[in-house]
Order: sequence, then C-alpha cells, then structure tokens
Amino acid sequence: MGNQDAPVKTGTTRHFRIWRGDESGGELVDYQVEVNEGEVVLDVIHRLQATQAPDLACRWNCKAGKCGSCSMEINGMPRLGCMTRMSTFDDNETVTITPLRTFPIIRDLVTDVSFNYEKARETPAFAPPPDLAPGEYRMQQVDVERSQEFRKCIECFLCQNTCHVIRDHEENKPAFSGPRFFIRAAELDMHPLDTRNDRKEYAQASQGLGYCNITKCCTEVCPEGIKITDNAIIPMKERVVDRRYDPLVWLGSKIFRRGQREAEQTARESAPVGTAHSHAGASHEPGAEAEAERGVHWGRQVPQPQAPAVDSRGRLPISEFTFDRPAAPSPFGEDVTFPMPPKDLNYAHPEQKD
Amino acid sequence: MTTRTAPPPAGLPGSVRQRAAIAARTLRTDRWWFAPLITVIGLVAWVTYATVRVFMHDRYWVGDYHYLTPFYSPCVTERCLPEAAHFGRVLPGWWIIPDAALTLPFLLLFRLTCYYYRKAYYRSFWLSPPACAVPDAHKRYTGETRFPLLGQNLHRYAFYAAAIISAINTWDAILAFHSPEGFGFGLGNVILVGNVLMLWAYTLSCHSCRHVTGGRLKHFSRHPVRYRLWTFVSKLNVRHMQLAWITLGTLALTDFYIMAVASGWISDLRFIN
Amino acid sequence: MTTRIERHHYDVVVIGAGGAGLRAAIEARLAGKRTAIISKSLFGKAHTVMAEGGAAAAMGNVNPRDNWQVHFRDTMRGGKFLNNYRMAELHAKEAPQRIWELETYGALFDRTKDGKISQRNFGGHEYPRLAHVGDRTGLELIRTLQQKIVSLQQEDKKEHGDYEARIKVFAETTITDLLLDSDRRIAGAFGYYRESGEFVLFEAPAVVLATGGVGRSYKVTSNSWEYTGDGHALALRAGATLINMEFLQFHPTGMVWPPSVKGILVTESVRGDGGVLRNSEGRRFMFDYVPDVFRKQYAETEEEADRWYTDPDNNRRPPELLPRDEVARAINAEVKAGRGSPAGGVYLDVSTRLSPEEIKRRLPSMYHQFKELADVDITKQPMEVGPTCHYVMGGVEVDPDTTAAVGNVQGLFAAGEVSGGMHGSNRLGGNSLSDLLVFGKRAGEHAAAYVDTLGTRPKVSTADVEAAVEQALAPLERKGGESPYRLQQDLQTVMGDLVGIIRRKSELEEALVRLAELRDRANRVSVAGGRRYNPGWHLALDLRNMLIVSECTARAALEREESRGGHTREDFPTMSPKWRTVNLVCSLDGDKVRLEHKPLPKMPPELMKLFDRAELAKYLTDEELAEFDALTAEAHAEEAAK
Ligand SMILES: Cc1cc2nc3c(=O)[nH]c(=O)nc-3n(C[C@H](O)[C@H](O)[C@H](O)COP(=O)(O)OP(=O)(O)OC[C@H]3O[C@@H](n4cnc5c(N)ncnc54)[C@H](O)[C@@H]3O)c2cc1C
Ligand code: SF4
Ligand code: SF4
Ligand code: FES
Ligand code: FES
Repeated sequence: MGNQDAPVKTGTTRHFRIWRGDESGGELVDYQVEVNEGEVVLDVIHRLQATQAPDLACRWNCKAGKCGSCSMEINGMPRLGCMTRMSTFDDNETVTITPLRTFPIIRDLVTDVSFNYEKARETPAFAPPPDLAPGEYRMQQVDVERSQEFRKCIECFLCQNTCHVIRDHEENKPAFSGPRFFIRAAELDMHPLDTRNDRKEYAQASQGLGYCNITKCCTEVCPEGIKITDNAIIPMKERVVDRRYDPLVWLGSKIFRRGQREAEQTARESAPVGTAHSHAGASHEPGAEAEAERGVHWGRQVPQPQAPAVDSRGRLPISEFTFDRPAAPSPFGEDVTFPMPPKDLNYAHPEQKD
Repeated sequence: MTTRTAPPPAGLPGSVRQRAAIAARTLRTDRWWFAPLITVIGLVAWVTYATVRVFMHDRYWVGDYHYLTPFYSPCVTERCLPEAAHFGRVLPGWWIIPDAALTLPFLLLFRLTCYYYRKAYYRSFWLSPPACAVPDAHKRYTGETRFPLLGQNLHRYAFYAAAIISAINTWDAILAFHSPEGFGFGLGNVILVGNVLMLWAYTLSCHSCRHVTGGRLKHFSRHPVRYRLWTFVSKLNVRHMQLAWITLGTLALTDFYIMAVASGWISDLRFIN
Repeated sequence: MTTRIERHHYDVVVIGAGGAGLRAAIEARLAGKRTAIISKSLFGKAHTVMAEGGAAAAMGNVNPRDNWQVHFRDTMRGGKFLNNYRMAELHAKEAPQRIWELETYGALFDRTKDGKISQRNFGGHEYPRLAHVGDRTGLELIRTLQQKIVSLQQEDKKEHGDYEARIKVFAETTITDLLLDSDRRIAGAFGYYRESGEFVLFEAPAVVLATGGVGRSYKVTSNSWEYTGDGHALALRAGATLINMEFLQFHPTGMVWPPSVKGILVTESVRGDGGVLRNSEGRRFMFDYVPDVFRKQYAETEEEADRWYTDPDNNRRPPELLPRDEVARAINAEVKAGRGSPAGGVYLDVSTRLSPEEIKRRLPSMYHQFKELADVDITKQPMEVGPTCHYVMGGVEVDPDTTAAVGNVQGLFAAGEVSGGMHGSNRLGGNSLSDLLVFGKRAGEHAAAYVDTLGTRPKVSTADVEAAVEQALAPLERKGGESPYRLQQDLQTVMGDLVGIIRRKSELEEALVRLAELRDRANRVSVAGGRRYNPGWHLALDLRNMLIVSECTARAALEREESRGGHTREDFPTMSPKWRTVNLVCSLDGDKVRLEHKPLPKMPPELMKLFDRAELAKYLTDEELAEFDALTAEAHAEEAAK
C-alpha cells in the first residue's frame, strides 16, 4: 500500500490555469491551489469551488470513473477529471484545464453535449426477436462478449470530442455520428438476437462510417479502454465491405447496371433507416406492398425535382473518374431508383378492383 | 404542448451555438509531434531504399545458395536470371518495370490500404490529425467517403493477394535450403525464414483476415473452429502495428543481406554445406 | 412578475432519471400518457450507473431451488422484519419478470453455460441470485432503460413525426417545488434549468418521485452531489409522509485511502468472489461477529468458509457475507479497538484466493478503480476499506400496490430509493436494482391510471408559482451571507459525527440543536455569480432539502430506542420486539418536523408460515408468537382432519 507511513501529507501549492467563460468569450484564469497526496484533478476543482471560485461550473457525479460526467481537457488531452491523478504531473508543472472543444460551450468547463443525444436517438434501437417471450432468451457467453465490451461505454463522449472528423470540421456534424455510435451500431450488429440486418448499411449511409480514417484517437482517449477502432469500427468497415465494396459485386453491377439501388445509399443524408427517407427509395414498410396492390395511391408524395449531384467545389463533375459514383447524375434526381415501387405510381391496372 | 419553445438544443445541425473560444490550437504539453515525425522518417527511409533496390535490377540472387530477395520474388521479366525466375519470364525487360511486377503492386496496395498504415500516414503525412486533440491541417475533410480514398475498401482483396504472395515467399525460402552440393543451410536461410515467418504473422494479423476467419459471424458458439481461429488471429491482431514495422525491417534486412552476399561484400555464414 | 417562465403540459411527470424513474416513464408512456422525465444531471448519469453487484431476482438459473418465497424470506430477514411485507412480497414475485423484460430491451447480462442469465452470490441471499454484468450492472440497467426510451421515441417519431411527441427528457433540470391545487391534488412541478438558470413549470396531474437518496448529508459517502434528499423533502412539503428515516445503510467497504476518494465503494462482490477481511493483526475477525440470529447459516472455521466457495451446498457461507450492517459494525468495532489500518479502515484481500487473471476478469472495474485512483494493485495487495454512507432505507411512505404516497396529497407516486418500507431496517445488496424495476413499473402504471380517473385537471395557482420563484431566487439576491459550501460541510460534520453509524441519546439531542442552528443559517446563505450553471446557487437550493431530511433522520433516530439493521444505538444495543411493530412516520407541520408512531401492517398467515418458529421468536413479540402458534396448530388440525 506504500502510503502507510504517511497517510495524510499536507499539501503543496500548485499552479492551475482554468478556462473560464461562456459563449460570448473567455480566457484561461490562473489559480494557486493546494493539492494533497492522492488527489485527482476533480478534487482540485472542488477545492477551488469551495474556496476561490464558488461559481466555477463543472459536471461530475460519481468521482469514480463510472458515470462519464467529468469530461474535460487536461493539458490539452481529453480526460476524465476524476480519473486523472495529480501525481501524474510534475510538482512544478502548470496544469491547464479547458472544456471539451468539439461541443458548444455553456459555461466554464460545462459544454452542451446534446449532439450526442441527438445521434443516439437516430441510431435504430435493438430489434428483439418477435417469437421469444421475456425469459426465453438464450445466449452464449462467447456470443455476447463482443457486444458487452461496447456496453461498458459510460458515455463520457471523450471519443466524440477527440475525433477530428467533427472536432476540426464542424460541418461534418450532420453526417457523422462519431465513434460512440459506431460502437453502438457494432454492438447491435454483433448482438446474437438482434433481428435487424441493415445495421452495416445504416452505419455506412447514415452514420458516416466512411468519414472515419481509423486514426484511433477515440481508442486512445477512451477511459473504459474499449478498443473502439479495432473491435468496432474496423469490423464494421469490413462488414460493409462484405456487402458494399466487394469488388466482384461492384464490377458485376458496373457491367450489368444493377448497382443503382445500392448507390442510393451513399446519399449522405442522416435520416434514420425505416422512416422512408425518400418517396421512391425501397420502402421498408411491410404494408406498402399490400397498399400498392389496392390501387392508385393518390395521397403519395410527388417526386420533387432534385439538383444534380455536384462535386466538392459545387460544380458538376467533369469526369466520371474523379466522381464518387458511377455514371452521370440522374436527370430524375439522385435518390430515384428504377423500377419505382408500385406504391409510388399513379397507375392502377384496369382490371384491378377498387 | 409547450407554450414557449425552449431554446433550440445546440449541436443540432444548423445550430449556432459557439464553442469555447480557446486561443491555443492545442494545449498538449507532451511531445505529441514525436510519433508522426519518427513515422515519416521511418517510412521515407524505407521507401527510398526499396525504390532504389527495385530499380537496381541486380544483386537479387545468390546462385550458390538460391537466395532470392523478396523484392524480386517472383522474378518475371525477361531481364531475370533464368534460374531465379521460378514462375517464368513473361514481362518485357524494360528498365521501368520492376522484376517482380506481378506482385509488387499488390504488396504496395496491401500495405497502402492496411488499416495500420492508413493510420500512420494519415497522421504523419496527411496530418489529419497529426496527433489526438491536435488540429487537422486541412480545411475540408471527407475521410474515406469519396473517390480515391473509397478505394481503401479494396483491402480485403489485397489481403487475399498478399496471402498468395506470402506463400510464394515461403516457397522461395524453402528453395533456398540449397548449396552447390545439394542441401545447404546458412545464415541467409535463417534470415529468409525469419522474414517469411514475420510476413505470415503480419499478413494473418490483418484486420481483413480477422474478419474473414470469424469476425463476420454473429454466433461464435455455432462455429467453434472458426471461433478458435478468430481468437488466434485476434491475438496477433493486437500486435499488428508492431508486425507492420517489424516486417519492414525484416524485408529490408533480408534484401540487404542478399544484396551484400550477391555483391560479394560478405560471404554467407554456412552451417551445413 | 418579471421572470419569464417556460410552461409545459404533461400527463405524468417523472422526477428522476435513475432506474426507477426511467422504468416508470416507460410504463407511463406505454399506457399512452405524455410523459416528461426530469433529471438533475445528464440523461444516463443518474446514480444507478454506480451500482455494481447486480440485481436480485429469484430466477433460479444457477440454483433451481431458488424461488420467490426464499427471496421474500431473505429480504425480510435482511430488513429485520421491519419491511412492509406486501412490498417485499411483490418485489420477490415480480423481480424475475422485470429482469427478463430488460433482455427484450437489449440488455446483455452475463450468461450461464446453458445460455440463461447468470446469477451470483451476494451478502444475505441464500442462493446465487444477482443477475449481473461483470461489476457494472447498474450501468447496464440504466443504459438499457435509456435505450428503450430512445426506441419508444423512435416509434413516436414514426407515428407523429417528432421524437418528443410523447416522451421527453429534461436533463440538467432541478425541481424545487411541487404545486398542489386547493383539493391537495398534484397540479404541477416547478424547477429550473441548471444550464441557463431559467425557470420552468410542468403542469401535470401526476408526479412520480424517483430522486434517490440522501447520502450527501454525510462526510464519508458513496453518493454523489445529486443525493440531497430532494424527493424526500418535496414529498414532505407536499403533505406526504416519510417512514423509517432513521435507517441508513453504511456500506461496510468503502475506500478509505487516498483521502480524495474516501467513501467510494468497493463492491460486495469482492467478498462474494472470495475477498476476506483482516485487521491490522492479520486476524480474520468476522468470525467473532456472527450474531446469534445468523449462527446457523454461517461457517465457524476458516476451513469451512473456504470450502463454501467451491461447494456451497455442503458448507456454510463465510461470515464476510453477513448482511451489510453486521459487517459495517464489525469493521467499526475493530477500528475503534485500535486494530485498524493507518487510514482508519481494515484490509480486504482477494489476492490470496484468486489468481490475477481471475480477479481481472471477475472484478474488472474494481481492479481499474484501485489501480487508477489509489495506485493499488488488488491482484497483489489488500485494499484498505471502511464503512461509508450508502443507502437510505427510509423514504416516502407509499401504498405497496400502487406506490401512491400516503398522506395529505393525491397524485404523488414514489419509487426507488426515495420510497420507504420495502427494505425495512436494512437493504440486501442487489435488492435495490430490482426494487427500482418492480416499483418503477408500478409507479408508472398507477400514475397513468390515476390520470385516467381524473375528471378535471388540477390547476396551478399563480401565487404558488410566484412563491416558488421567490424562494429560488432568494440566495442570489441576498448579499454578504454565508457560503453554501461552508454550510454543507458543517451539516456533513454534524450528521457524520452525531447521527452516524453508532448513535447515542446525548449526541442525537445535540444534533437536533445544531440542525436548528443550521436551518437558521441556511436562511441567510448567499451566493455569488449569476443564474447560468452556477453550482453555488444549486447547492444553496439543495441545502434546504438536506436540512429537513436530516432533521427527520435525527428525530427518528432519537425516538427509536433499540438497535436494528441500519440503526444502532449504543445505549440500546439490542433488538426489541416491541419496536418491531412500529414505524416512525415523519411529516411536516408548517415548518416543523413532526414524528408519529404507526403500527406496522400485519403479515398474513401464508407468508408467516414461510418462516421457522425459532427464527420468528427472535423478532416477534410474545402476543404475535402466540398468534403464530395458534395458526400452525390450526393448520395441523386441518391436515389431521383430512
Ligand atoms: C456505489 C453504489 C453501488 C451500489 N450498488 C448496488 C448494487 O450492487 N445493487 C443494488 O441493487 N443497488 C446498489 N446500489 C443502490 C442503487 O444503485 C440505488 O439505490 C439506486 O440506483 C437508486 O435508484 P433511483 O432510481 O431510486 O435513483 P437514482 O438512480 O439515484 O436517480 C435519481 C435521479 O433523480 C434525479 N433528481 C434528484 N433530485 C432531483 C430534483 N430535485 N429534480 C430533478 N431531478 C432530481 C437525479 O438527477 C437522478 O436522475 C448502489 C449504490 C451506490 C451509490
Ligand atoms: S478512429 Fe475514426 S472515429 Fe476514431 S477518432 Fe479517428 S477518425 Fe474518429
Ligand atoms: S466509447 Fe469510451 S470514450 Fe467514447 S463515450 Fe464511451 S466510454 Fe467514453
Ligand atoms: S465523475 Fe463520474 S466519471 Fe468522473
Ligand atoms: S494488413 Fe494491416 S489491416 Fe490488413
């Protein structure tokens, strides 16, 4: 236990710089604070609150690395305040504490992390097998272990904060869900009893899996030690490869022109799967077929003309080679595929009754 | 339901709430630049050496002991020494064509699209990002969502090719147990075999390999053999980065050793014959 | 009034986003009610995430002899027969169903070989009974419920085009007052957004309290800042009553070193998986502290105890697995006798019995916690542990079946730690998580049903809202007063030193005097800064709640002249059957805390018969025993007649 000879040593005074401010601006403020042996950064913040800065805003709950509330950046690295021991710093080292950069600031060390809750809400939930009653679930430990790793996540959002895709590129936020939700997608895709089989497509098309360049910063900062990149992102990318980029299939579709249905899924919109994001996309609703058979669907949405897809500079692509999908942009709009589902056609066969 | 709508939650697409105005671009105090720097130095040095060697078209074969450097395996151009060309000489012997022109492109593709090397060069060459919590050097970023980088998804097929090439290298290493008297065994064999072992370790630790052996399964419990395989590959996979660097080292070392022996700078240390 | 107030209309407002709150919200939403969930911290961070050991449910997956009767018996034993029998019964019966339900929401518990939910041993439970996921069961529970809510929101989005059409989460929002109409029916809840300091009014005819416990009033506690007894105080002020407030559970094993993590929990599964307690002399002292009531079930020698881990059917369990209060008291006694560790605890050691790999696999987060926080490698060294304030058994007095609060108020429901009665004088480990699910569901269901019975909706009166605003703004408007942090520290000292684990009459009396002083000082607290995310202000508002709840605890502790479960009086060291028949009920009379005696509901014969006479003799009064004998005689006679 090492510490038994001197359980309580009186503290030394250390230099801290803490970012104080809100959305209208802020700055690093210097503090001299007493630090005792065995303390963590969060203790120092609490001492500051109790002594010099009663209105210093900071989130925390458990003080044991279990709730993921106290995320902050300490000397530039995203970390949990309650899990960063003061002994990891040199005695005369200045400790700089700033709020998470990727999310909008509320005040001091508190940021608005609602981005993450929005993304959580868009990720399709667990789809239980319809034929199993509660109590009848049987799963083997080896089958649940992979998903259990991801369920260790304490939602500290440090990975989300560190990921350069959104940290350095605010404009990617709508299209990119971030590592926390890649592990969620992987968790469900590997769940032995989940009945959805479009999670890979969803991850690619709507979560922005392709934005990740596997530079592993999420794994580096995860306080739970979840191997986000190796065990979730890369396997998901590989699973996508199985379906989407398998060169043989791709080649086949190039030759036989059958690939458009899949190409539709590259459309970079983040509408959740299942809420039929275009009138003409393959309908996921089970009733659609029956409805179509009943005849004219007058209440259908009329296709809106779509602007042609443009390249990154906002121009029409010059050569197919540099464009991200095969063939010229469709005059019917990028998200219309043929044949159109019968439900979307204003036509009923004369012999069909009502 | 709500008589006065709450302020729009920020973080939503189109929100206007500001991030904290922190002046410094990064506040990291450790030597975060060290890892990318060393990666650049290492990769540039290796690529330079490899390029020089590939276009040397010489000193790749030790006739006495049948040592063939992996950079020229299999040797398939008309320039190749006939005894070094185990798989025929099918390509013209122009200077610009590497003698192992049938395999090198795949090896290049394999390493270029390797998940580890991607991380390494995205970080150290493309600076996207140079290190965690250090800003990306680019204004716009689309990751691997569009054309050239979309091609990274070809890794699976590069892996299959690499597995075949590893088999060829293994064959080379076996043929090299040779001396003018028949069977022979020298330091060169140790190096060749070591290299091949490492190449296998690297190739099998590939993420694509992990996926095809078992990673793609939903129920391990129904495929016990593949689960065992997957567990084995997963163990190797943890060391994928180390193996990536080790194999660069063993490749260069093997090649250099054979060049040295072939040029007569040193003579092979023989244990048997 | 100058302050703008945001108003929302809901059918059911659930205060608290822990296990109980989320389960209640799910049920209310499934009943078709528009539901708001309110939480002081972010969504998914409530205290429930910290629960480690597991959730007790008699599923019988590991030992098929387990069933609800055994679970019920264990619960009553653990609570020293002071439990509300009906709650304990419902809990034991419904827990398995509630756990299985979680699987359909996507929970992934650890599995047995045949693919069922694995169950583990825990203090006070006769059979392995705790469904668990490593040592992060609470996290799994809350995340699962959170994700279920998301999935309901996705359904609503499909149907109504809006995720929040029927269920909305108000994170980082604190409720400071419940508002009633003139018929004393709940009309709404008033609070503020922590982020902006803006006020918000929820108009709703039914409120479910699920705000958790009160531990923040203590110096050494495993509880977070959220646990300021808000729900208890809100209920009191709304006219409801609290019972059993004298019973606080001190978890026997909290970390005692380093000082900054003092109080943080070392999960009981450390002991369940083979951890032993030793004092500074190296003696395994728990053998000296087995009380008579438990003598039969616990091992007497180290050898027998050691054998139990591998062969539980033929050996008695080690005394380390005694109920928490016994272990806490034993540790306290050892430390007081000068046989403690330097930091004032004892040693808990798993390294002697388990291999390092095994420890890392079974107790990953403990390994992690000690490594990171204390720089102790538990695979090699013992841990230093001591008692820490952990759980409050007392809480809002509720109707067992509907969870409706008893007292002078309608439309108020309570579930989870904030409700009282279920655990009696002491809670068994693992019974809380299942309690959350069982009574959370009931609360949601009955709150929804209550809304359906209403003809007209109760109306919030403007005057009440104005009063609430004034209350809330007071600390900001006062100048030059005391700092709330200071006051909180003083409160913690009073409670820790005078109303702590071992209590005395004189100290309790002193505590009441000091609490009165503190209440007076609390009226003069002032805080600097503005309304936006100002923790000082938030604390000042919470103090009001902590103070009244602490007073209830102190008064009840003074009144109850016996020692039982989570209440130990040095001057009355034994259990008294007379006191077993009594619940102490707190209510608020204007500003004053009032305490009354109330008889405990009587257990019906069919439940009574689950126990041995010898066991009952330890708890019951003579009259009750006579009744029991008459019953058994009757039963025998009937059998003979057949
Ligand atoms: C360290 C630790 C370990 C534990 N281990 C176990 C275990 O292994 N097994 C077991 O069964 N039990 C365990 N428990 C006990 C169990 O976790 C708790 O009793 C249980 O989680 C309480 O849940 P709850 O739903 O009642 O409240 P909580 O989960 O605490 O939630 C309270 C909610 O109410 C909100 N709230 C509070 N006041 C207000 C207000 N004024 N306005 C708005 N919102 C408010 C809070 O923000 C929070 O969301 C443990 C407890 C601790 C502390
Ligand atoms: S590995 Fe991918 S998801 Fe993780 S931080 Fe890097 S870019 Fe982001
Ligand atoms: S994956 Fe890790 S870093 Fe990301 S939110 Fe979860 S615990 Fe935090
Ligand atoms: S306070 Fe809970 S993780 Fe730090
Ligand atoms: S070779 Fe590196 S991942 Fe495949």
